[in-house]
Amino acid sequence: MPSHTLDDTVQNGESYLDVKGRYTGVFGWIFSVDHKRIGLLYLGSVFVFFTVGILLGLFMRLEQMTMGETLMTATTYNRLFTLHGVIMIFLFIIPGTAGTLGNFFLPIQIGAKDVFFPRLNLLSWWLYIAGAVMALLAIFTGDGMADTGWTFYVPYSTQTGTNVTLALTAAFILGFSSILTGLNFVATIHRMRAPGMNFHRMPLFVWSLYATAWIQVLATPVVGITLVLVILERTLGIGIFNPAMGGDPILYQHLFWIYSHPAVYLMVLPGMGVISEIIPTFCRRTIFGYKAIAWSSVGIAAVGTLVWGHHMYVSGQSSTASIVFSFLTFFVAIPTAIKVFNWVATMYKASIRVEVPFLYALAFLFHFLIGGLTGLMMAAISVDVHVHDTYFVVGHFHYTMFGGSVFALFGALYYWGPKMWGRMYHNKTAIVALVLQLIGFNTLYMTMMYLGYQGMPRRYFDHLPQFHDAHLVATFGSWFLVSGLLLMIGTLLYSVFRGEKAPANPWGGTTLEWQIPTPPPLENFDEIPTITDEPYAHKEEAV
Amino acid sequence: MLSGASSFASLVDDAFFFILIISIIFFVGIVATMLFFVVRYHHTRNKKVANIEGNLTLEIVWTVIPTLLVMGMFYYGFIGYDTMRNVPDDAMEITVTGRKWSWTFTYENGFQATTLTVPKGRAVKANIESEDVIHSFYIPAFRVKQDAVPGRDTYLWFRATETGTFDILCTEFCGDRHAYMLSTVEVMSESDYNTWYAGTSGEQITEGGDLSAAGEKLVTLKGCIACHSIDGSPRISPSFKGLYGKMETVYTDGKERQVLIDDAYIAKSIKEPAADKVKGFENIPMPPQPLSDDEIKAITEYLKSIK
Repeated sequence: MPSHTLDDTVQNGESYLDVKGRYTGVFGWIFSVDHKRIGLLYLGSVFVFFTVGILLGLFMRLEQMTMGETLMTATTYNRLFTLHGVIMIFLFIIPGTAGTLGNFFLPIQIGAKDVFFPRLNLLSWWLYIAGAVMALLAIFTGDGMADTGWTFYVPYSTQTGTNVTLALTAAFILGFSSILTGLNFVATIHRMRAPGMNFHRMPLFVWSLYATAWIQVLATPVVGITLVLVILERTLGIGIFNPAMGGDPILYQHLFWIYSHPAVYLMVLPGMGVISEIIPTFCRRTIFGYKAIAWSSVGIAAVGTLVWGHHMYVSGQSSTASIVFSFLTFFVAIPTAIKVFNWVATMYKASIRVEVPFLYALAFLFHFLIGGLTGLMMAAISVDVHVHDTYFVVGHFHYTMFGGSVFALFGALYYWGPKMWGRMYHNKTAIVALVLQLIGFNTLYMTMMYLGYQGMPRRYFDHLPQFHDAHLVATFGSWFLVSGLLLMIGTLLYSVFRGEKAPANPWGGTTLEWQIPTPPPLENFDEIPTITDEPYAHKEEAV
Repeated sequence: MLSGASSFASLVDDAFFFILIISIIFFVGIVATMLFFVVRYHHTRNKKVANIEGNLTLEIVWTVIPTLLVMGMFYYGFIGYDTMRNVPDDAMEITVTGRKWSWTFTYENGFQATTLTVPKGRAVKANIESEDVIHSFYIPAFRVKQDAVPGRDTYLWFRATETGTFDILCTEFCGDRHAYMLSTVEVMSESDYNTWYAGTSGEQITEGGDLSAAGEKLVTLKGCIACHSIDGSPRISPSFKGLYGKMETVYTDGKERQVLIDDAYIAKSIKEPAADKVKGFENIPMPPQPLSDDEIKAITEYLKSIK
């Protein structure tokens, strides 16, 4: 047994799902300041948008099945990829793991009753909803959704007649939601750790959230200000990005990527944290290289703030800048590689249970390796000159973001779902869904990378004849992927409402969330535990 | 693999394959080790775990080796880029102008065309400019790309090594017809090129020449037909077909009125497109076109000819 065993009386606490508070019904959720309920509010909302994002992606693939205009006009297509990007990034991935699982498990994993600012936490969710509603308004009012791509590059974004201002306002508000969550997590980690839990006894998921939170707090304001500048440019014509008035469009790209590059790490770090939890649990042994994994998260967050210019090798920035950014970019690979090596080493002399969450961890490693290694190709400047803004880039970032962080999120839902809603999933269906996802994912995005190296540009409504066959293959893959995703969402929903009752610790996990009842009581712990050991201390007799 | 047709192709492809091979070695090695561990240390085979907390030597090894390898990759990418950014002194220059949604190529003698023609084996420097939003000038077969940024001069250079015709694409999203902002580059042998170039001239309108034919060339060169079709088919702006002499409903200062499309209206629409906006197209911004009076006259003659 782990050393932080709890008092028996705690095990009788009433589940947070059954607690009657000031409000009941839906109000008991949307006005709840319980971090667990807020986590589930996020989970529900991000998955609604994820489903919409999947369908938008599917429609884009269907349009690419044929040459010329088939299902939709170019204008519609341009809005679809903008919306797909905005939804997947701002409404799904960024709040995806931190907002859902971070909110739910961060306090429990450090032995706290809630986050440091519970009301601010609820406000974060409400801001998220406000931003989402604003994004929806941008679609259905005025001249319709922006058609700029999620990057909103000027001067196109200051000139197009579409609803850019509203879409930017939505992103601005979502930014605040993200900043507040980050602030809350930093405060919680610094102020609310259980006695005895020093930084090197924190679970690695908490470490990854800590690194993520700092990026959210430090980088998000930059993009907030930048988006406001674009709004001012559109409404008042201030000219900061307008060359005719002495402004500079490249300045926008710098400001945009100063946030948006670190943002890719805030999308992937929590996923890496999840993997660092799943692997030791199913290996039934302690993690290999705890400190290396913990500090590499901080390393990625730190180096990640210095590499934004690798999005701009061909933008017209100075060649010297491109060279320096390329040099720095390669250093992101080092802490990332360290993590991968330590995860694999954790499987050495382990006693491995191959369950669905563990399979997702393996899938994460498989995809993330491909995503990371193709990242090296694009970090090399001369290669990037060729593949920049082609499908190669699209394939690469789907491997890291989707195959990496989102697959980690899926794994985490199977891993922690039993704790969150107290019910198990249906094993066979979950495995079928995963196989469909693997086939579809790799067919779709591997083909995209091939297309990119052949010269297929991204954000093209139509394609030249030489690209047609590969486009067909990619679309074919997307059908498998979408079926796998929908089947998985169905399986998870079924488990939430109808699954078998879950035991308190189905996987033999050692971190604190597995030591409290399932589902957890309102304030997690009756008595705050005292920590005397590292988080993954699997004792041999427990095997 | 996409065949290369410039001196950069091997530079880029070699760096790509260098990284690809290292990546494949790492990928296969890591995935194989991982799967081996999963099988070898499956709980049915291994009940007794070893709680190894880490190994400093290993941590150092797998920090140092990747660092050395990625520095090699950086260097490979850097030397290729260094070559791409340093234009040989003997390079011939052309100007590439991007606009929604076409490319125009201007030669040293003033000759303009919508497709690019270059000699094989000679260094060509392309000075790139944009008239409106950001575009990106991309020739996959040459492995070159550079953004066209309004208000900023950018460049790239290349030396074609194969004769033939290769695609030119725009790779920075620029609006509705972004995917059709295409052109081609024809690589000729040096002697063929010299013959071709000697036959070109910077004068689009020659004294006593066919004005309408010059106008036809101009609407292509200046990018008009990217938005205005000449056969009546719908594009984002009114078609040129049957336009001349027609009564059109326009908005002037927000007020609706009828105008006759004549020489004066066409001249005004080219110079101040926002003055009278055609009903149904009032939200499409057309940039003012810096054309000479002679060029406008030629275009007007051409418009008269397409009924």
